[in-house]
Amino acid sequence: MNDRKIVDAKNTFCPGPLMELIASMKQAEVGDELEVLSTDEGSANDIPEWIKKVGHQVLDSFDENGVWHVIVRKEK
Amino acid sequence: MSNKVSVVVISGDREQLQMAAMLASVAAVSGSEVTIFLSMNAMRYFQKGDASLAPAEGEVGVLLQNKNAPDFRELFQSAVELGDAKVYPCSMALDILNIPVSDLVDYVAEPLGLTKFLDMASDSQVWSF
Repeated sequence: MNDRKIVDAKNTFCPGPLMELIASMKQAEVGDELEVLSTDEGSANDIPEWIKKVGHQVLDSFDENGVWHVIVRKEK
Repeated sequence: MSNKVSVVVISGDREQLQMAAMLASVAAVSGSEVTIFLSMNAMRYFQKGDASLAPAEGEVGVLLQNKNAPDFRELFQSAVELGDAKVYPCSMALDILNIPVSDLVDYVAEPLGLTKFLDMASDSQVWSF
């Protein structure tokens, strides 16, 4: 399954975007890709740390006009 | 390094409650077993239907409200629902405030005394707010 699910967590603050991503991750299947959008730079830095710590994979992370995008693949 | 985290929450100030909720929720979703102990002035904010705002201590507390930071009660709930966290109300604080357990938000576990909490926290990191 390769549909990338967008998790729109703009306009909230740490750890809101992380929690929204995790809620979506719980419902996703192994191999699914999710893309979280955040306007909070702290979250953009913290989310990849969380992804690595719990053993998923960061596929990409970039800033586009003040919105940070972090793309993750669920590995387990 | 212990993978257990204990968080003691006694303050009724918005910043303290927010920081406690942030720490507890992030720890819980990062694989730690989290035990949260609520007492003193924090207890009122965990009554069902109590949407009252905890008073801000300073500038950041005011901004938390204005800038749409996640509500600390929702963060504690996320800690329980998305991670391995349990929130225990202090039985002494419930007695003193005359709050029945049934009045507390649903994600709160059974009331706990200090003997039991100290036992649970003995091999964990301990944070207090």
